[in-house]
Amino acid sequence: MHSVLEREQLSPNVVRLVVNAPRIAKVRRPGQFVIVRRGPGGERIPLTIADNDPEAGTITLMIQAIGASTTELTNLQVGDTIQDVAGPLGAETHLPPAGTHAVCVGGGVGTAVLLPIVRALGEKGVKVTSVIGGRSKEWVILEKELREAGDVVTCTDDGSYGRHGFVTQALKDLLDAGGVDNVYAIGPVPMMRAVAEMTKPYGVETTVSLNAIMVDGTGMCGGCRVTIGGETKYACVDGPEFNAHQVNFQELADRLTTYRSFETSALERKKAEEAAALGACATTEVQA
Amino acid sequence: MSETEGVKAPLSNKERMTIDRVAMPEQAGDARAHNFGEVNLGLTYQLAMLEAERCIQCPKPFCVDGCPVRVDIPRFIKSLRDGDLPAAAESLLGDNALPCVTGRVCPQETQCEQVCIRAKKGNPVAIGYLERFVADWAQANPDALPTANPTQTGKKVGIVGSGPAGLTAAGELVKKGHDVTVFEAFHAPGGVLIYGIPEFRLPKDIVQAEVDRLQRAGVKLELDAIVGRTYTIPELREDYDALFLAVGAGLPVFMNVPGENFKGVYSANEYLTRVNLMGAWSPNSQTPILHGQKVVVVGGGNVAMDSVRTGRRLGAEEATIVYRRSADELPARKEEVHHAKDEGVRFEFLAAPVEVLADENRWVTGLRCIRMELGEPDASGRRRPKAIPGSEFVIDCDLVVVAIGTKANPLLTGSAPELNVNEWGYLITDEYGMSSLPGVFAGGDIVRGAATVILAMGDGKRSAAAIDSWLNGVWPPPPEANAAKPKKEAAVAGN
Repeated sequence: MHSVLEREQLSPNVVRLVVNAPRIAKVRRPGQFVIVRRGPGGERIPLTIADNDPEAGTITLMIQAIGASTTELTNLQVGDTIQDVAGPLGAETHLPPAGTHAVCVGGGVGTAVLLPIVRALGEKGVKVTSVIGGRSKEWVILEKELREAGDVVTCTDDGSYGRHGFVTQALKDLLDAGGVDNVYAIGPVPMMRAVAEMTKPYGVETTVSLNAIMVDGTGMCGGCRVTIGGETKYACVDGPEFNAHQVNFQELADRLTTYRSFETSALERKKAEEAAALGACATTEVQA
Repeated sequence: MSETEGVKAPLSNKERMTIDRVAMPEQAGDARAHNFGEVNLGLTYQLAMLEAERCIQCPKPFCVDGCPVRVDIPRFIKSLRDGDLPAAAESLLGDNALPCVTGRVCPQETQCEQVCIRAKKGNPVAIGYLERFVADWAQANPDALPTANPTQTGKKVGIVGSGPAGLTAAGELVKKGHDVTVFEAFHAPGGVLIYGIPEFRLPKDIVQAEVDRLQRAGVKLELDAIVGRTYTIPELREDYDALFLAVGAGLPVFMNVPGENFKGVYSANEYLTRVNLMGAWSPNSQTPILHGQKVVVVGGGNVAMDSVRTGRRLGAEEATIVYRRSADELPARKEEVHHAKDEGVRFEFLAAPVEVLADENRWVTGLRCIRMELGEPDASGRRRPKAIPGSEFVIDCDLVVVAIGTKANPLLTGSAPELNVNEWGYLITDEYGMSSLPGVFAGGDIVRGAATVILAMGDGKRSAAAIDSWLNGVWPPPPEANAAKPKKEAAVAGN
């Protein structure tokens, strides 16, 4: 059992949890993830480890409520427990040499996955410029934390905060200005694909982190297979980070829709159950 | 025969020879094709006692030699027919750490029962059915068995993997008084017994009860512990006096044909793990599974049979096996093939997939196959299939499950480069099951490649004896410690 020690709402649907997991906190490397299972009957959910504190024995997870299982996790409060936290899984981030300049692009909850990479780059002495964005101001997360490791450019689709427009436009300005050695991009598939297409003509090495569907996270099920440079790779053991210019994004986007109808119906079922439960509570209160 | 005097007159062998082999009561094929309840229902007490009378108690029993874990078969059958179930159970459990499992999934027809003297003239004793009967009785009556209280040695053994090899070794080593910890990567123990073999063949409650029994005997279990990630081999070597690596053959093999990554193509590992471990067969599970109306399973082993029968139970109107050789070469157990046929599974023999077809949204719509013919025997002795040019045809389907085998998972071996592996990534061990690292033993599929539950258990038992010897400073182990050393068996796909 793993206790939730801290909880913070980062955006309307992203929550930061600090969870007790001493062994993982001790050995985790940037870029790695855990698989979390809330309790009996629960789904196995891969989540990037945003941070670790080996002394306190804790890891930080940032979770976006998408389906029923992730919503259950974002609803956890301090003192609640998670039955299973397995990891750390995946390969660690490949870091370029000190003195180089990396631009780190984050979209939505991808910014949470980006944070540990930005920190690791900063610690190694790589100059970091983070470019993060969201629909509007309330969806822009982790700006303060990213700023501790370098410059931050914020963008919003509606212009309510920072630059008006997509992160890719801000990235293009940085590429045009020159001096960019590496790009890391993490976010929705269309955004990562756009970044990959943009950096390619500049010849800038670009890394993306792929959120493929997985079950075990150890290479056993092959559900997370992605095509990289024409070869099948497993996001769970060969990744999750890959060379963006070799990723078959269309296939990834397709495969991510495999359970979309299931996710929608599970979420609707859960909301209906919650509404029914609330109704029952209200009735009880009235009776009391 | 003094112990039976005054109870009843024992039958003569001639009388025993006249008793026909009992039939296993099973769920009807049309009913069970739509549920996940166990297919084989188990013998009644009367049937078990009748079957037990068929054993003629050979002075030199071939059946024991036919068993990879060397269960003293005549002994437990004798106790059973004497009506002494506690003695039968104690005898069986003394030889076999997981009898409820082997009584269900062992291919007895190619092991103990194949060499049973009665098979020479008629049907062999139904050893598997009797094993299951006694094991299930023991599971239901845990208090009827004496609790072993071995003197603690203070030696620590770490076992990596809680599948059949790991659990067997754990059971043997805890009996010797060692301090045993089993590391399991998943959130539930049992390995292939939990994620691979379906509920209708091996109920998960049965596996859990076997694990509970081992835990009561003192085996410690650490779940969610991925050796190679959460812990490394060098680290574990510092904390434990010996290690036993039994992580299985983890990685799925795919067909390497175009369209393999379309939506609706699963590896058997993923399909079965979602259904079995994650419970996706139940509508209450949060883990999704695609319910195909027309399911094609590629492969002819036990895993393929498990997959196709699962597809049928999840509602497939058509469930088809595509196998590149003919019915005679099917590596699956006869019983599994027979069960699949009873449940309405179709077999497409001498066909191999060449392409997965899909619609504009990349959902699977069919499997293009090519006809095969059998040529000269290959290295495995089976006739090599050859494609017949121009013979392609399409099977309409909305789900494809690939069950053509597994290969070694490098996650564990990669964390200890000093471990010698062969060209396929499997661990190399010496005749005692020890790897290239002193005190680090290995067994099961990570050494053999994909094989069976019972062969993995045989490795677990043999390695446990060797580990015990190693911990006692007796090396190489005396011959009797190595008595369970198996012959070089041909690997059979599946479990």
